[in-house]
Amino acid sequence: MSRLTDANIAIAYEIIGRYPRPKSALIPILHLAQEQDGYVAQDAMKHIAELVGVTPAEVFGTASFYEMFKFEPVGKYLLNICGTMSCALMGAEELMHHAEKRLGIKAGSTTPDGLITLEHAECQAACTEAPCLQVNYRYRFKMTPGELDTLIDDLAAGKLTDEIPAHGVLATVRQRIPAERGVGAVAPEKVNESPQWLDGKPAL
Amino acid sequence: MSTTESTPDQVETEVVVDPNAVSLTINGKTVAARKGELIIAAADRTSDFIPRFCYHPRMKPVGMCRQCLVEVEGPRGPMMVVSCMTPVAEGQVVHTATEQVKKAQEGILELLLANHPLDCPVCDKGGECPLQDQAFSHGPGESRYVEEKRHYEKPIPISDLVFLDRERCILCDRCTRFASEVAGDPLISFTHRGNNTQVLTFPDEPFASYFSGNTVQICPVGALTAKPYRFKARPWDLEETQSTCTSCSVGCATVIQSSRDQVLRFQGHDNDEVNWGWLCDRGRFNFESINSENRFTTPLVRENASLVPTSWSKALEVAARTIRMAVSSKGANSVAILGGARLANEDARAWALLANNLGLTMHDAQLDDGLSTEVFHLPQATINDATSATTVILLSPDLKEELPVLYLRLRDAATKNRTRIIEFTTKASGLTRYAWKSVNYEPGAQVAAVAAALNDSEIANQMRKGNVVIVLGRANLAESSDFTAQAYNAIATAFPAVTVLPVLRRGNIRGAVAAGLASENNARSILTAASEGHIECLILLGADPLSDVPDLDLVRRALAGAQNVIAVDTFPTASTLRADVVLPAAAYAERGGTTTNLEGRILPLSQKITARGTSRPDWMIATELAEQLGADIGVESINDLTAIEVPAQALQVLSAAGISAPERNSYDLRLVVSRKMYDNAVSTVTSPSLAQLSIGAGIYLNPRDIERLGAPVGKDVKVSTSLKSVILTLHADESVLKGTAWVPFNQPGTDIRELLNANDLIVDVRVENLS
Ligand code: SF4
Ligand code: SF4
Ligand code: FES
Ligand code: FES
Repeated sequence: MSRLTDANIAIAYEIIGRYPRPKSALIPILHLAQEQDGYVAQDAMKHIAELVGVTPAEVFGTASFYEMFKFEPVGKYLLNICGTMSCALMGAEELMHHAEKRLGIKAGSTTPDGLITLEHAECQAACTEAPCLQVNYRYRFKMTPGELDTLIDDLAAGKLTDEIPAHGVLATVRQRIPAERGVGAVAPEKVNESPQWLDGKPAL
Repeated sequence: MSTTESTPDQVETEVVVDPNAVSLTINGKTVAARKGELIIAAADRTSDFIPRFCYHPRMKPVGMCRQCLVEVEGPRGPMMVVSCMTPVAEGQVVHTATEQVKKAQEGILELLLANHPLDCPVCDKGGECPLQDQAFSHGPGESRYVEEKRHYEKPIPISDLVFLDRERCILCDRCTRFASEVAGDPLISFTHRGNNTQVLTFPDEPFASYFSGNTVQICPVGALTAKPYRFKARPWDLEETQSTCTSCSVGCATVIQSSRDQVLRFQGHDNDEVNWGWLCDRGRFNFESINSENRFTTPLVRENASLVPTSWSKALEVAARTIRMAVSSKGANSVAILGGARLANEDARAWALLANNLGLTMHDAQLDDGLSTEVFHLPQATINDATSATTVILLSPDLKEELPVLYLRLRDAATKNRTRIIEFTTKASGLTRYAWKSVNYEPGAQVAAVAAALNDSEIANQMRKGNVVIVLGRANLAESSDFTAQAYNAIATAFPAVTVLPVLRRGNIRGAVAAGLASENNARSILTAASEGHIECLILLGADPLSDVPDLDLVRRALAGAQNVIAVDTFPTASTLRADVVLPAAAYAERGGTTTNLEGRILPLSQKITARGTSRPDWMIATELAEQLGADIGVESINDLTAIEVPAQALQVLSAAGISAPERNSYDLRLVVSRKMYDNAVSTVTSPSLAQLSIGAGIYLNPRDIERLGAPVGKDVKVSTSLKSVILTLHADESVLKGTAWVPFNQPGTDIRELLNANDLIVDVRVENLS
């Protein structure tokens, strides 16, 4: 969708100021973009490339490694139902079927009202609490179909807005590092000093 | 095992002589190496080949593929290491073919092939594929994998020239490393890293690098293929010969490959002094022009309004008669020759001998778009001198656009912190990002900018630190070249030890000048004489002044004023259409000889295919014409012609008129006219894959000027000088200096040369909205 807003550009510069090289700020600014739009938009990646001085291909190359960055719009709530062994044994499949039926969509898609995106997830490291799921990465343990219904009702009614912010919001409290406490940019010629490599050529 | 070990004595003497010398053993043989060298590089000097995919001697090693595993003996027994990441060490003992090593190499190959589609029968790379070859030489022969392979959409275009088949990719990181490390265009990257790692561009940003073809050449599998070559041939049907690219004066080493008497591909060849194996895409893909339908294949003579095919004897007779009559009626000064930079040294020499024999005084190999040939008499530098100098000063056009592989070499020197670049430019260039200092100047103010820089203590100190090489060329066709000469003189006077790398861009310009195809009278005075009716016969040696001379009005008048025009050319051009006689010249790869690059290095040109139709090499045309004219130039065969060495270097400064630029009116913008890599050059427009890549005519302004003028971006505007005006599409461009307007030269569309006048010191234009 969009480039970063003016307010977010200001935050982006603050983030860049924390690091000796602008491109080190790539991941935090990607989070910022995802927070702004709910996913990482193409234009946002181009904008980030400009801000940190790399190409959009390099931004995409890095960003696409991370499962938690989404490059297509997702619903306000991302519902990840674990399907790995422990959860599978404890009824994850039924839970998924139930969710699909209840929401009227298949796993991997978003409800027409844009509220919920349903996804399969691999082990969420809560095997003792199987079957488990996450809503925008907030856990719900030992879920039954009934509890899932309640969860969906609550999400739709906006009852959980305090506990679960919209997809993309990393935390409700933003970490701020004032400019004078950032590492800041070092002299440009220092930044360009790339790590020492053996380039296969005879040493001079 | 053979015992070629050196005695301790020898080793000791070596160490004394060279503290960087290292001696190691590879498979029992002693190998001399240098500190910091990699095991794989040292092994490459022996007969023991270590298989590899990702290692490339011109790029940083990354250890991606693990195919180069070898054993190195250590205190705890032999240890497996990747030989492309492990440096040699004194007394190191390396084994490249033990059972353990073989097992490891086979294992890696089995893994690499687990997902490889093995569609060799329909793969361009089959037959010259490192994966195929090494699967045979170092692979297990069979696979334990029965699972479904990874599937991706079969080849997707990642640019106008390159296709990517992700199923074939083995993720060696060569293409991506080349793009960022060598070309400086990181437009491809590994994405979706993990199980589905793949090379991709950003969704709507193609791999539009001027150097993209190199990735196709170095890809160790058939994942990257080039559109101009796809499915054209099988490697075993190709014949090849080594040659030199003459599309610009860098002189990159190439290999010409052909099948059934048709050139199908150029590959880069590694030359330590010049191109390091790389080619630019223009040089690589303009082989298509040789196969173009649009070529002269037979001599033509004018009958009334049209050019009609004729025999060589008739055409030579007409040409000779024209020349003879011109000389006898109006004297040798009435016969002029323009061009020669397309020719091989031998061709140029034959024409120069003919010109001398006839006593001609009007010839020039440049087309009023370069610098005085005095630049070749200044103290000279080579490309390697420049890339090892402490400081390189650019008084030159944008090297990325005009001399692309020289750009790669200088970029490499600057990014590896060997060389500091001080750039004087009218517009941000390809090297601006890598320059230590980039000084912008408005056309006409170059001398002032240089003088100010020389007074800057930081710059002056830098220049005192070591060797200084000046890259000297014509940056702006809308500005008198005297300004550049003055700027050079200012530096050379303050720092008399500077040396010069002249960058006159046209292929064999240096060889043509050395051969004698430049006279006292330069192109401008020849054209002026022609326009005044003093030229009876104008000979165009592979030159197209109607497209290339900046002053369009002058050249139009000159061609109208010249009584007769004889064109010796390969392709029909605007100028050859005006000719009275056309003598078809053999194309690149259809004739041999040598060419001289911008450094003055004499490099081989090879013939690979027979000339189309009855076209002949230029030296032969000159010789036959000489015979018709009864002029004895002493040439029987190409062997009677030798390349002329670069003449002695005698000058310290250039002659420069004491001009200065007038003030600019604040309503006007000062014009910068320079070339892009892809333009209307005949070898580009006759290569279908390249012809579409030109940006087209237009005018580019700094966004702040656009705002000030309230001009409509993307719309047509009227661009006028005091005399003429043209309509051009307006673009915003941050790299254009405020107060100037940039217009690319010789692009498809409006001919912007209407705005240029050979006698103008600078050109100021006014930009107005239409309507
Ligand atoms: S496309 Fe070719 S060069 Fe690029 S990573 Fe894949 S195998 Fe290597
Ligand atoms: S840089 Fe010049 S010589 Fe080299 S490949 Fe390109 S056009 Fe040819
Ligand atoms: S298997 Fe579901 S959380 Fe581990
Ligand atoms: S060649 Fe050494 S790891 Fe690829």
